[in-house]
Amino acid sequence: MTGQLAAAAVTTDLAAATGRLAAAAGATSTGEAVQFWVLAVIAVGGALGMLLMRKAVHSALCLAATMMALAVCYMAQGAVFLGVVQIVVYTGAIMMLFLFVVMLVGVTSEDSLKEQLKGQRFAAVLCGLGFGVLLVAGIANARLDHFTGLSEANAEGNVPGLARLIFTRYVWAFEVTGALLITAAIGAMVLTHREHVKPPKTQRELAAQRVKDNIQLPPLPAPGVYARHNAVDVPGLLPDGTIAEDSVMATLRERGQIRDVSQAMLRRMAELENSTADWLGRPSSERPEVAGPRKSLEPVPANGKAGAAGKDGATGEEGDE
Amino acid sequence: MNPVNYLYLSALLFTIGASGVLIRRNAIVLFMCVELMLNASNLALVTFSRMHGTLDGQIIAFFTMVVAAAEVVVGLAIIVSIFRTRHSASVDDSNLMKL
Amino acid sequence: MNSLIPLLVAAPLAGAALLLLGGRALDRFGHWLATAFAALSFGFGLALFSDMLGRGAEHRAVTQHLFSWVPVNGFQADMTFRLDQLSMTFVLLISGVGTLIHLYSVGYMAHDERRRRFFAYLNLFLAAMLLLVVADNYLLLYFGWEGVGLASYLLIGFWQHKPSAATAAKKAFLVNRVGDMGLSIAIMLMFTEFGSFAFGPVLGSEGAVGAAHQASEGKLTAIGLMLLLAACGKSAQVPLQSWLGDAMEGPTPVSALIHAATMVTAGVYLITRSSAIFDLAPDAQTAVVVVGAVTLLFGAIVGCAKDDIKKALAGSTMSQIGYMVLAAGLGPIGYAFAIMHLVTHGFFKAGLFLGAGSVMHGMDDEVNMRHYGGLRKYMPVTFVTFGLGYLAIIGFPGLSGFFSKDKIIEAAFAKGGTEGWILGLCALVGAAVTAFYMTRVMVLTFFGEKRWQPDEDGNAPHPHESPKTMTIPMVLLAFGSVFAGGLFAFNDSFLKWLEPVTGHEEGNSPLAPLTVTLLTMACMLAGVALAYLMYGRSPVPVVPPVGSPLTRAARRDLLQDDFNHAVLVRPGSALTATLVFFDSRGLDGFVNGLAAAIGGLSGRLRRVQNGFVRSYALSMFGGTLVLVATTLLMRSV
Repeated sequence: MTGQLAAAAVTTDLAAATGRLAAAAGATSTGEAVQFWVLAVIAVGGALGMLLMRKAVHSALCLAATMMALAVCYMAQGAVFLGVVQIVVYTGAIMMLFLFVVMLVGVTSEDSLKEQLKGQRFAAVLCGLGFGVLLVAGIANARLDHFTGLSEANAEGNVPGLARLIFTRYVWAFEVTGALLITAAIGAMVLTHREHVKPPKTQRELAAQRVKDNIQLPPLPAPGVYARHNAVDVPGLLPDGTIAEDSVMATLRERGQIRDVSQAMLRRMAELENSTADWLGRPSSERPEVAGPRKSLEPVPANGKAGAAGKDGATGEEGDE
Repeated sequence: MNPVNYLYLSALLFTIGASGVLIRRNAIVLFMCVELMLNASNLALVTFSRMHGTLDGQIIAFFTMVVAAAEVVVGLAIIVSIFRTRHSASVDDSNLMKL
Repeated sequence: MNSLIPLLVAAPLAGAALLLLGGRALDRFGHWLATAFAALSFGFGLALFSDMLGRGAEHRAVTQHLFSWVPVNGFQADMTFRLDQLSMTFVLLISGVGTLIHLYSVGYMAHDERRRRFFAYLNLFLAAMLLLVVADNYLLLYFGWEGVGLASYLLIGFWQHKPSAATAAKKAFLVNRVGDMGLSIAIMLMFTEFGSFAFGPVLGSEGAVGAAHQASEGKLTAIGLMLLLAACGKSAQVPLQSWLGDAMEGPTPVSALIHAATMVTAGVYLITRSSAIFDLAPDAQTAVVVVGAVTLLFGAIVGCAKDDIKKALAGSTMSQIGYMVLAAGLGPIGYAFAIMHLVTHGFFKAGLFLGAGSVMHGMDDEVNMRHYGGLRKYMPVTFVTFGLGYLAIIGFPGLSGFFSKDKIIEAAFAKGGTEGWILGLCALVGAAVTAFYMTRVMVLTFFGEKRWQPDEDGNAPHPHESPKTMTIPMVLLAFGSVFAGGLFAFNDSFLKWLEPVTGHEEGNSPLAPLTVTLLTMACMLAGVALAYLMYGRSPVPVVPPVGSPLTRAARRDLLQDDFNHAVLVRPGSALTATLVFFDSRGLDGFVNGLAAAIGGLSGRLRRVQNGFVRSYALSMFGGTLVLVATTLLMRSV
């Protein structure tokens, strides 16, 4: 965060200088032009990336890039304070909030490419293109040749100028915005808050309940196989070689992110047997069958909700080897 | 270079954001697209501020940011609570309002 | 003494209420209780009669105000009773014959498990009929009138487990409704025209001229025709006669009660009571006469063809009531004779019906006369009483029917002019036909060879005389059949008795009374002789011969039901079907089509609401696109 601020401060001076330069002329300086084109490519690229990336995390990162580019654009246009706020609040806080939620919801959840609504994608693209054309046409038709520049308004600095306006002309809107923020905070709390209609159960009561319900009295089995894997997403194996679902935490089970290594282990065992047999010179008919690899995990029925078998769980077979 | 190019950039970003709202199904990405649209409008406001030589545009962009922050807070809370009950962040799964 | 008048009605009403509400506790002796209440009413009637006789002829009519029934400003309906000579006659007839029929029913209904209910209905019938004749205004009369309709419905359909009985009751009720509508319209007309419907203000009372005398003839004709319609319904006159034959589905005492003492006499009472209106509306009077004459012949012809003893008697009743209506339509010449014939008819027709019931009782409820024959040996009391009733109805000299019917025929001729000749000849022909069909009934039932056979189970009927409770009323009624006419005709006592109420005038008959009497005798003898030749001389076939078209038509009640079906039911059904068609296809089709169109449109529009938020966002975005495009276009133009 400190680095960001420092970077922002540096850019501020730079942008202020270019802004003043630009304000004097009707058009922008060459430096700003170069900067614009670079930033525009970054911004549009980021936006398209956000639009096209299948994973939400990637989308969020692309958006962050776009926002950073925009922040620099703000500064280049003399809105130094806004540029800093853009970086600090938007990129720093809001996007981080997004990332939090993405992690909460499931970092790997991604959109399937199959569109379910008939004609939605086509219509959306069509509407988007039409809208873009209209906007561009509107801007092109507007008489926007005269740019006053902000050198006068920013004469005593951008921040004091904004402060003067905020606390004079826009003070009412400012106060209302404060109320809005408080309301939003309370709203978020209310939305995510779960009311306790009963006092929470104590540990003793929970234990008594478990005895009464007769479910899993001893501790759950530990994850990990043959002391070779201690990752929490690797389930322990039962004596028959199948996995113990209980040994993986419920959240991972829900997401289908169990990494089934049992087949690999069995294959290793079979290879060992084979090499032993070779060394001992046994006929091949007495060798044990090598089990075929399992396709994927069956859905785990957890509390009646069917968790889809995640691709990670299936592809992670070769995991740590 | 004419600063109008900033407006074109803004229009482009806004269109991309709007199309994203229509195309993407993940509610979080949907929100990101909304944020992109807000940012695009902010860029336009800042450009207008520069055009007119007053700071009012920047003030409005500032307020937009505040409102966007509030919106994100509430929206993400809604997404979380929906995910909690329906175990999905896809907006297509929340279609119980139809007949 | 006048306070006894309400008790006339109250006694049988109390009996009916007691029996209906009393429950099974009264099953054992309820019938005797009902008979006692009927007799009590008759006792009150006798007491009032003796009281009335004690007063001068001009002071005999009395009224008794009980309470204000509907006291609304300008609309005053009082519970007021009026007892004059006319009412008195009816009260004695109704309660007297009614009591005898009660007594008879004790024996006749001895084995019916719903006997208590039957007697309750009988009492209700008496109460309604008594209320009808002692009412002092038309609304109260209407109350009794409807009560009679209700009681007749309940009694005709008493054996409701038989579909035919239930249908007959419904038919009687429905046909009566038509007449009731006439009466209600007449009452409404009276109220709008005269501002009242009490007898005194409308018809006039002693020394006072009624409102009817100031009204225009057209309005009076309208009221008169409506009253005639009412009378047609209750008294089974053409064209509302069709219910009477089917009403035979009720138990025989009910038939006797309906035909002799109550119900059918109500129409004659209504016309006679409204004499002031009819006297001022000659057109209505002519209509009454025509109805009477037509019904007279209609009933007689139907009576000739029926093999069912009760239906033959029903045709006879229709015919005899036709005589009464004819006489009542003649105006002051005939009112007294109409009532006189009504009373004598009440005796002999009750006797005949009770006799028929007795025959059926002995013959295991067989009603087909072709299966009777030679019964005089098996049930002598029934034979004698039935025979006396027979002689009375055909107008055998000296018996009651002779005096009353002869007077009516005289009065018909006395109407004068062509009209008088036509009516008189109708009445004469009617007398001949009456003699024919009654002789046929008599011969088929009591004379000749016995024709009954064992039924499929081999149970042959064992004809036997009925118990005392049944024969005693028959004997008493036979006495009435024999002597009532002579008593009334002696010194014109009945004429003088009724004159203060109905008035009387001698017509100018083109024929001398003696000539008319001789003509009547001749017709009667011709009818008897013809019937004897046809049925008495040769064995009667058990299976009826095909007969002439007239006979076949008469067996079907002269096609009355076919006529009603063709003229009323078919067009009504067709109209209903058309309306239903228009309703279901036209109105419902339009409404349903509209609903279906909107429903279909909504179903298609619903697809738009697919619940996907991105789809909604797309439409919003499209809308924005359109808005921006429009804005730009407007600015550039």
